[in-house]
This record gives sequence, structure tokens and C-alpha cells, in this order.
Amino acid sequence: MAKKLMKGCEAIAEAAIQAGCRYFFGYPITPQNDIPEYMSLRLPQVGGCFLQAESELAAINMVYGAGGAGARVMTSSSSPGISLKQEGISTIAAAEIPCVVVNMMRGGPGLGNIQASQGDYFQAVKGGGHGDYHAIVYAPASIQETVDMMQKAFDKADEYRTPVIILADGLIGQMMEPVELKEAKDLQLPEKPWAATGYTPGGKKPRSVLNSLYIETEDLDELVDRLFERYAVIEKNEKMVECYNTEGAEYILCAYGTVARICKAAIRILGEQGIKCGLVRPITLWPFPSEAVHEALAQESVKEALTVEVSAGQLVEDIRLAANGIKPVQFMGKAGSRIPSAEEIAERILEMKRG
Amino acid sequence: MNKVTILEDWCKGCGLCVRICPKAVLAISTTHLNKKGYYPAEVVAPEACIGCAGCFRTCPDTAIEIEKE
Amino acid sequence: MSTVIKKTPVLRDVHLHYCPGCGHGIVHRMVSEVIEELGIQGKCAGVAPVGCAVFAYNYFEIDMYEAAHGRAPAVATGFKRVHPDHYIFTYQGDGDLASIGTAEIVHAAHRGEKITTIFINNAIYGMTGGQMAPTTLVGQKTTTSPLGRDKDHCGEPIRMAEMLSTINGSAFIARTALNTTPNLIKTKAAIKKAFETQMAGKGFSMVEILSPCPTNWGKAPAESMEWIGEAMIPYYPLGTFKEV
Repeated sequence: MAKKLMKGCEAIAEAAIQAGCRYFFGYPITPQNDIPEYMSLRLPQVGGCFLQAESELAAINMVYGAGGAGARVMTSSSSPGISLKQEGISTIAAAEIPCVVVNMMRGGPGLGNIQASQGDYFQAVKGGGHGDYHAIVYAPASIQETVDMMQKAFDKADEYRTPVIILADGLIGQMMEPVELKEAKDLQLPEKPWAATGYTPGGKKPRSVLNSLYIETEDLDELVDRLFERYAVIEKNEKMVECYNTEGAEYILCAYGTVARICKAAIRILGEQGIKCGLVRPITLWPFPSEAVHEALAQESVKEALTVEVSAGQLVEDIRLAANGIKPVQFMGKAGSRIPSAEEIAERILEMKRG
Repeated sequence: MNKVTILEDWCKGCGLCVRICPKAVLAISTTHLNKKGYYPAEVVAPEACIGCAGCFRTCPDTAIEIEKE
Repeated sequence: MSTVIKKTPVLRDVHLHYCPGCGHGIVHRMVSEVIEELGIQGKCAGVAPVGCAVFAYNYFEIDMYEAAHGRAPAVATGFKRVHPDHYIFTYQGDGDLASIGTAEIVHAAHRGEKITTIFINNAIYGMTGGQMAPTTLVGQKTTTSPLGRDKDHCGEPIRMAEMLSTINGSAFIARTALNTTPNLIKTKAAIKKAFETQMAGKGFSMVEILSPCPTNWGKAPAESMEWIGEAMIPYYPLGTFKEV
């Protein structure tokens, strides 16, 4: 497939369709509008269904219905809309229903603005809804990576019967980059005997009950044991991280998404000044690649680490947990939508070097 | 002959069947409790039953069966 | 030759948790009988609400969903879009549908969603212990309107059947009650008509059913049925409000 210049949102939508997504329920909110717009044109062309719901909250519950009916289904929104979906995501996690939720993060809190931001890390990674649950959280740093991730997102959602969150930001959504889309050959979608596809008493398929209410403690125990055993498997098998130029580095930058790309530019600037700086970029934010972070920071050569975010400091907490005190972890970032430049990041490392 | 049967252990003694029966076929027991601890409905005038199934229709727990001529 | 009138196999053989004299059990039987009579058990699913009927997923011998409070119409929409040749109903109380779920029910009707809604109006929140609902009558005492609902304070009760019947996507909207034999017969007929409307793909269908809540009304079951006639029906007129 030749490369095509595509806007992030549209590339994500097309990649979802290539991954077998045939149902999308969404609602307008900047900066993710091109996803529902694209889906509204394309899904009917592939025998799918696009529906604009009355709210993001209704949309996630339509996802619950469609996912529970056995379909590959997706929704997308931006920060405030994702907040409206939290109860639904907790319910979907507890009902063990696969789906993909894309968050094109924007400036917060409140209405904030429509610029790119990373202020929803805690919400996605620690669980923005009620109760103990997890969603697999992927954090792409480029449009190509986001596109490649969509196939994995739907496969892992089905494999683990869990919601998968794509935590991107307005930049990834609104930028245009050359993208290569793999033509989806014949997609074998996994069997879903648990799904509501019609039940005949005495028939092969058992009666499906898509539910998250377990009124007796023993029953709820059974559910949470099942969920957390599954989470343990995910933590063992699904961690993804990029370690860039970390071998023998003096300083390590920690960042995800678009900010990680800016850090690579900072690393080049520092390299030109003879300072070896590396980058640890978590690609899965949950399960969090703690071991890789710890290993990179534990190197003799490393003096300090600097976590860079477009937020008041959320990823930094997980980095510090992973570091477990082995090296100091500084923080650079601000709430809202102030995106640091490569020069600013490099300057901060130079300050740290000057001590 | 129409025959009304109360499935005693499904009954919660709510009395709606007694209320709706046009022929006073049913009454709430005052003598014994069912497994749930309710005074269940019981058939007190079986021969009066006209098979209208009003009791079946209003019973919230489908605790009544009717054999209708 | 005698015929036997007994429980339909579509209503599962489990004891219902509802209070003595509660209307839910009556409507559960009716919906189950309609599903059996229309021969759609193998292709029918249901969506339980949050409220007293939250356990309804245990009571129907079909695929069932348990939805978040008020969201059953959205869940049913998702299902129906995936299986347009199957049938689905939402089963909701007045707190679920007429309060937190108003956007979802209005927009399901607005889209002409080919689903059926069974709406139990018992003028109160049952499961949570008797609070005022949007359908609580003026002057009616509840745990959150202890001196009786005051319309100057929180308005007059909402009439969902009339409201939804003004929406073009609605194909069949009716209100019935459970307080008399004729009304019981009409209720089941309306439920059947609603499912037939869905099967004919005409659009959204709903039956609002005035139903007793003895425990939270503080009335005996028989007295509760009388109260439906004396107090509820005058404010909530019965009949068919939309039929396409």
C-alpha cells in the first residue's frame, strides 16, 4: 500500500475499519470531529453502521449494546466527552465487553480549550470511572503508530474482553502525515459465545447475560477475581515501551505521545552539545512498563531523569514509582495546553547539568 | 369443572387474586404460613370457579394455575 | 377437553424478588407470554434498568442486558443496530426512564429506533426506598417529599406517553393500568401491539403501565390497586396516544 497524506483523525477511522470495526457511536466535540465525520461516510460503504448519539454518555452505552451483541465497536471523543463516558466504561469493563475508545485530549480542566493536552492521563490510566478496573491504554506518538495500533486495540479488546483506550491528543488528531494503511485481508474475528446473538432454550449457545450487577459479595468476588487474573496476564504480556538512545545516557527524558517526539528533537540538540540524553517512551500506559523505566534509570551513567508532560504532572508519578528512588526524577510541564519546545526541554536538562 | 390451583410456595399472600375473583373462590389463609413465611392464598370455594382466570392475570408471582373446561 | 393456564417458559422458573402485590411481576408475565405467542424467543433480547427491575435479567429466558441507570434505550439501540432482524425491549421504571434517562428515551423515539419500551409508572422510586419520582403526584408523600409533592417547589408530574407521542419517530405509544381485569387485558394487548409494531419495522413503540407499589405507597396491595384508579388514572389518562 502506498503512503497517503492523511489527517490523524481520518487515518484512525480508516484503520479502525481495516481492523474490522463496523459500528461507531459518537458525538461532535473538537478536536476529534473528523473521526465521526469520516465514519459517517465510510461505515455504510462497508456494511457498517454509524450513529450520532444524543450525548457522549448515550454513545458509550450504545457501544455497550453493540459490543455485547458481538460486534467490533468504537467510540471517540475529547476530554469533556470522555468524562461523560466514565460510568459507561466502568460498566463495560465489569460486564467484560470489548470495545475501543479514542480520546483526542484537549486543554482542561472544564471546557479548557481545543488545543492538544495530556491532562487526562490519570483518568485513562488509573480509571476515571468508579470501582477497581483497568482498560488497556495505548499512547501513540505519531499518526502511523496510531494507525498500526488500531488493529492491536481491537484484537486485544476481543482477546481480553476489555475496553481499550487510545490516549492521543489534538495534535495527532489534527496533523496530516504520510501514512501507510495495511489493506485488511480476510479478517477472522474471534468467536464470541458470550455475546447476545439470540438464544434458543436447549440450543448450543447458552443464554447471554451482559451485566455488571453482582448483589452478593461472593458473586462480586468471582467477577473481580476473574478481572484481576486477566489484568495480571495483560501486565505480563502486553507492556510496550520505546527506549531511544538510552544506552549509557547521562540523562533520561520520560514522555509519551506527541511530547515524546519533541523530546527526540531535544535529544538531538543536547547531542550536538556533547550531552548524551535518552528517552523512555511508554507506549502502553496501562499496563505501565515499569521494568523498562527502572532499568533505563538504573544505569550507572544516568544522573537524573526528567519527565515532560503537557499537564501538571501525572505520568511523572508512575515514573517515580517505577524508579522507586533509584535516581531523582524531575518534572517539566504545566496544566492546560502549553506544549514545550525542544529548545526548552534541552535548556532544562542543561540547567540540571549545571546543578 | 374449572380447577384453580395455588402454587403455595410461590405465593406472597398479597391478596390481589382474592380481590379480583368475582366468585369469592379464594381467600388468604389465616391458619398456616408457606415456606416464605407468608399466609398464602387458598381455594375456599372451588366449585364456584367460572374459569375467568382473573386471578391468574393479576397474580404478580404466577402462583396460580387454572384448568379450564 | 380442558386447557391449562400456567406460567410460560419464557418467564424463568425462579422466584421473583418483588414485594407482595408489586406490578412488576404481572408485567413480567405479560411480556413473557407475548414473546412466546409471537414466536420470537430465539431472536429476542431485553434490557433491564436500574431500579426494582434491575434483576429482570434473571427473569426472562432470553438474552438480557443490565444497563446503567437510564441508559437502556441506548444499549438497545446498540444491539438493534448490530442485529436489525432481532427484537429487543427495554424494561424501565419511572426513575430510570422519566428522570435520568429522559434524553435516551426521547432520542430513541426521535430516531424512530425499532425497539419496544415497557415503562412501569408507579409514581415513586421503589428500589431505593420510596423517594419522589418525576411521576409522583402533587401532594403525594414520599421519603423526599415528606409533606407531599409541592408543584411550586418541584413542578407537576411528567406525562411521558403524551410527550413521546408528539415525536414523529414514535409509531405506537399507549398508556394502560393494572388495576382492573379489563385494564390487565388491555395492558397485555398493548404490549403485544408494541412488539408487533417493532416487528413491522414501523419505529419506536412504548407502553406506559400504571403499576402498584404497595411497600412505598404504604398501602396494602388491594388498596394500592384502588389508588391507581382513584388518583393515578385521573392524572394519567389511559389510551393509545400514537398508532402508525
